[in-house]
Amino acid sequence: MTKRQNRMVLVGLLVSGVFLAGYLGIKAFSENLLYFFTPSDILSGKAPTDKSFRVGGLVENDSVKRNGMIVNFSVTDNLESIDVIYEGILPDLFREGQGVVASGSIVNKCVGSVCENTFIATEVLAKHDENYMPPEVAAALESTKSKE
Amino acid sequence: MWKWIQRQASPKVFYSTCTRLIPWFFWPFISFLIIGLYWSLVVSPADYQQGDGYRIIFIHVPSAILSMMVYAVMAIAGGIGLIWQIKMAEVVAKVSAPIGAGFTIIALATGAIWGKPMWGAWWVWDARLTSELVLLFLYLAYMSLNSAFDNPKTAAKASSILAIVGLINLPIIHYSVVWWNTLHQGYSVGTGGIKDPDMQIALALMFVASIFLYALYVSIKARTEVLVREQNSRWVQEEVRSLVS
Repeated sequence: MTKRQNRMVLVGLLVSGVFLAGYLGIKAFSENLLYFFTPSDILSGKAPTDKSFRVGGLVENDSVKRNGMIVNFSVTDNLESIDVIYEGILPDLFREGQGVVASGSIVNKCVGSVCENTFIATEVLAKHDENYMPPEVAAALESTKSKE
Repeated sequence: MWKWIQRQASPKVFYSTCTRLIPWFFWPFISFLIIGLYWSLVVSPADYQQGDGYRIIFIHVPSAILSMMVYAVMAIAGGIGLIWQIKMAEVVAKVSAPIGAGFTIIALATGAIWGKPMWGAWWVWDARLTSELVLLFLYLAYMSLNSAFDNPKTAAKASSILAIVGLINLPIIHYSVVWWNTLHQGYSVGTGGIKDPDMQIALALMFVASIFLYALYVSIKARTEVLVREQNSRWVQEEVRSLVS
């Protein structure tokens, strides 16, 4: 082997080693890299119960109730939903049907014999999607969707 | 072919190629920038949700793409320098680092300015934002390592290895929004997320302008770097004398 081929092999080994290490690292840490849990995750017990975490999903339609600075709403992933209580200022993009990520922790509220989970949020962030369009296009898409 | 590459990669030929290319990069950059800004700020319509605030995308997305593209160029040029020991590849890798870091800073800063009104936070530690911040640190590490050696050959060797190791971060940045739940939204480019043709044109124009800016910067800075490296050769001394007088 010439010196150049030798160096080529070394660089090739370096690149493949790094990518293998990266792949294994990502595999190992993928749980910790999740920014939020979905309501389905929470109800199936994947979210931590002893510390604060984030829940992400869409604000359910007709679920927002404002009471002064206190806001009640539900976050849904179209399969499950979870009630959220938050006191504070919401971002401009917050509205029904909008993606949000709320951080806080879960409490079990029991009324009589019926218990349900409520998420007490300390911060609510809006998550917008990857679509950009003028209002007319959005309206046109909306109307074709409702026709279907 | 090999002969031609060797000839192009000799410092003197490379220097004059850069000199000739500068106007070919400068004028397209200016034209694309002006038309692109006009298309971004005037022609494109407002967004249905974000109003005019979304227009920062026309700076944010090209900078973010360039921050990763420049890193790839830097690492590949570094690898070519390592394997074939072409000095001009080392020059390209070295001068790419500062402008790559610049694009990264612009992407991070415009993202923060955008995040505050839309998300409600300047910064969140989600996978996309964190991996882009790691990219900035990689650039800074590359630049520090490159300037830590007196011998340019040793410097190029050490920093190229760092650049190649850091390549792993590029797929992580790109796929972070797919692999993990992030606050950052998914791809808009290439998935039909940008529905308006004027928005698409504006973004494409700004992207091309950014590429020309990068090429322009490299051709200017590479000349300086060649002059410094070859300062003992006769053609450089003649060149400098003719520039000074």
